[in-house]
Amino acid sequence: MNLQSSANEPAIELVGIDKKFGAVHANKNINLSVGKGSIHGIIGENGAGKSTLMSILYGFYHADEGEIRIQGRPVSIRDSQAAIAAGIGMVHQHFMLVENFTVLENVMLGAEGGQLLAKGVAGARKELKRLETDYGLEVDPDALIEELPVGRQQRVEILKALYRGADILILDEPTGVLTPAEADHLFRILQVLRDQGKTIILITHKLREIMAITDTVSVMRRGEMVATRKTAETTVAELAELMVGRRVLLRVEKQEAKPGPVLLSVKNLIVKDGRGVTMVDDVSFDVRAGEIVGIAGVAGNGQSELLEALAGIRKPVSGEIFIDGKPVEAADPALLRQLGLAHIPEDRHHMGLVLKFEEYENSILGYHHDPRYGRGAMLDLDAIRRQAEEQIAKYDIRPPNAQLKTANFSGGNQQKIVVAREIERDPKMLLIGQPTRGVDIGAIEFIHRRIIEMRDTGKAVLLVSVELDEIRSLSDRILVMFAGKIVGEKPSDADEQTLGLMMAGIAA
Amino acid sequence: MSTASVPLPAWINYGVIPLLNLVLAFFFSGLVVWAIGENPFDALNFLIQGALGRGDAIGFTLFYATSFIFTGLAVAVAFHAGLFNIGAEGQAYVGGLGAALVALSLDHYVPWYVTMPFAVIGAALFGAAWAFIPAWLQAKRGSHVVITTIMFNFIAATLMVYLLVNVFIVPGKMAPETRTFLAGGQLPKLDWLMALFGLKLGPAPFNVSFIIALVMCYLVWLLIWRTKLGYEMRTLGVSPTAAVYAGIPYVRTVIIAMLISGGLAGMMSLNAVMGASARLQVEFVAGAGFVGIAVSLMGRSHPVGIILAAILFGILYQGGADLSFEMPNITRDMIVVIQGLVIFFAGALEYMLRPAMVRLYQTATGK
Ligand SMILES: Nc1ncnc2c1ncn2[C@@H]1O[C@H](COP(=O)(O)OP(=O)(O)OP(=O)(O)O)[C@@H](O)[C@H]1O
Ligand SMILES: [Mg+2]
Repeated sequence: MNLQSSANEPAIELVGIDKKFGAVHANKNINLSVGKGSIHGIIGENGAGKSTLMSILYGFYHADEGEIRIQGRPVSIRDSQAAIAAGIGMVHQHFMLVENFTVLENVMLGAEGGQLLAKGVAGARKELKRLETDYGLEVDPDALIEELPVGRQQRVEILKALYRGADILILDEPTGVLTPAEADHLFRILQVLRDQGKTIILITHKLREIMAITDTVSVMRRGEMVATRKTAETTVAELAELMVGRRVLLRVEKQEAKPGPVLLSVKNLIVKDGRGVTMVDDVSFDVRAGEIVGIAGVAGNGQSELLEALAGIRKPVSGEIFIDGKPVEAADPALLRQLGLAHIPEDRHHMGLVLKFEEYENSILGYHHDPRYGRGAMLDLDAIRRQAEEQIAKYDIRPPNAQLKTANFSGGNQQKIVVAREIERDPKMLLIGQPTRGVDIGAIEFIHRRIIEMRDTGKAVLLVSVELDEIRSLSDRILVMFAGKIVGEKPSDADEQTLGLMMAGIAA
Repeated sequence: MSTASVPLPAWINYGVIPLLNLVLAFFFSGLVVWAIGENPFDALNFLIQGALGRGDAIGFTLFYATSFIFTGLAVAVAFHAGLFNIGAEGQAYVGGLGAALVALSLDHYVPWYVTMPFAVIGAALFGAAWAFIPAWLQAKRGSHVVITTIMFNFIAATLMVYLLVNVFIVPGKMAPETRTFLAGGQLPKLDWLMALFGLKLGPAPFNVSFIIALVMCYLVWLLIWRTKLGYEMRTLGVSPTAAVYAGIPYVRTVIIAMLISGGLAGMMSLNAVMGASARLQVEFVAGAGFVGIAVSLMGRSHPVGIILAAILFGILYQGGADLSFEMPNITRDMIVVIQGLVIFFAGALEYMLRPAMVRLYQTATGK
């Protein structure tokens, strides 16, 4: 398995890396070598051990066994400072930026260069300018982070790593939060970086991205490194099969929808965000029993706020929501759940889950008053654990341990915990935001099947996703949202071009 | 940062690290004692003897510990809901009013065990009432509960002095305190419990409220980890956004958590007012509310940890008093310094030793 990923000498070599978390064997004797000046992709199912391996490389975790060699020299990476010193930079999936600092201040943070700020600031400004011209990473050094769109924030993360002299850049699922245009831009930057001799490791679940940008790709499965390929010599189908160990349907099959009566109806809804900006602008639509309505749109065009308003989390400024023909009186998630509305939120880390809780505690979040989980004031922990274990088995959540802290599940498995909880309630209506963000292709297939099953059993499903492919393959009708308005409706077989133009606000 | 995410086994987290912190605290206290020209080992000996050496010493230690358990639980309950209740001092003080009113009105007519349940309710109600306004302001107006509870400590102090001087004072007496409760308004001492261990309680005021405190520990454990309300409080405490998603009512949960917290703080007065002095006096709380913050912090907001931490602080209080008696060079203020060092190392510097422990653990297990 010591297939060298490029003709160049290796920038990184991992030899016999092994890591266990209690009973979970997260990395099993991993050997990997990444050539200098190349982009190397790592793919694998949720929980395969990708993030763990990168955390070992970046000094967050220590390998139980094995050796790391950087530019041919064995190194001991005991913490992230050591990783930085060894020339390794990491762009975290959840950005580690100080929101109310400027770009410049964030880049300098922890590398101020002496007690006096002024000298460092001038130097940093110059250095930032240089990085900008060398790599095409333009950002305004004086902009506040909180005012930048996610794509820009991510660029700041990259700048931070480069500023600290990184030659090796690790990106763990960097495109999960980006719009397609932002992702394209990121890839152009990565290509420039590679051409300048930097080495890049990219973790992603999107095989399209792997094919588009990597030079070599490795596949992990259940803690093992099972294959390494030259990207030019492989196909999406082969990679998918290597990942999951079986053939994967890349497109779900479904029957014609049989829409019934209107279950969810929205009339002239206006929603503002925390700063008072109108995000949902006079939106009306219906969702019928037995159909999936997809809302397509570039992230940030009001879909998130629409979903939150429908779920009772955000109070609309005006407009009406009807469930089963009856107006919803109050913005109250508990009340809406009683009316048969389930909600898979876009943001699983802040809304859908309490990361510090054990898995079984999250399996009742929002439904903890259900008498099934305990009579009166008490919780029946046995009953809760039992149903959590059933969900774990049914949704193949790994590791199958209801008592594990939720933060210790891999990203995709966390998503499955939320999906399992909401779908297993057998609701009448289902609101879904980004159901497969960070989820591997095997699990995407599984979640998509569940969503279609919901539809086929007569539920009303409203789906919001920034993945146009997902919207197109699941929805029976597609509403396109732009700048807070619904700018048009298309059938599910509408072509990508037309939808893309509508999403950009160009044609209706 | 890098070591923070590395999990350590529980026996290190809850055993070795607190113990080392304590050793450090005593080491630096020893330096202080040594600096003023006393022998630190003698001092430690006096402290331990003074707190645990005799039956009455243990009685005093447990008497203090009882108060600290109540206030420690109070702080912990609020903390689980993400609220920092600094007002246990004032809530305990006002709680004393509730306990005293019950004792004063019933002690003529019924035996103590009839008075007791009413006194528990009275103390809890008054303590809770004192927590209500800060709770309401936090829930409805977003006024930070830390600030308002501190202010309410001051208000409680003046209010109680006013009431004792102008309303409850026994005519013709100088001391601002109520009349002495009859036996029907007193909580009996736990001589029999001490006798089981072959110890004599002597004059120490160790009383039945210790048992009430232990019952409350169990109830708090039940509340936090076994009830729906506790689940809602913990969700709110750890992730306010997830609480919104789950439809957990913020206003109601905040107010209930603070009422329970205030009620527990109020019960501290059972120990001091009905157990020890048999009357309501000014400043009977004597800082127990603030010690509760340290106790809760050290006890990791868990009832078992709170019991252990409360006993530790009981030892420091009682042993410290003895120490300053035996070594006049070591004043009361010095004892406060030592207590401060314990809080400092065991509470505030909780994480100081963690990275080193992680390294040690990793080398020891060959990682
Ligand atoms: N701190 C931890 N304690 C216990 N188990 C852990 C911990 N961190 C990770 N694991 C487990 O190790 C395994 C590998 O997790 P990892 O996060 O590396 O997966 P991944 O390949 O990045 O998955 P995903 O694609 O879902 O992000 C999982 O089973 C996970 O639950
Ligand atoms: Mg991961």
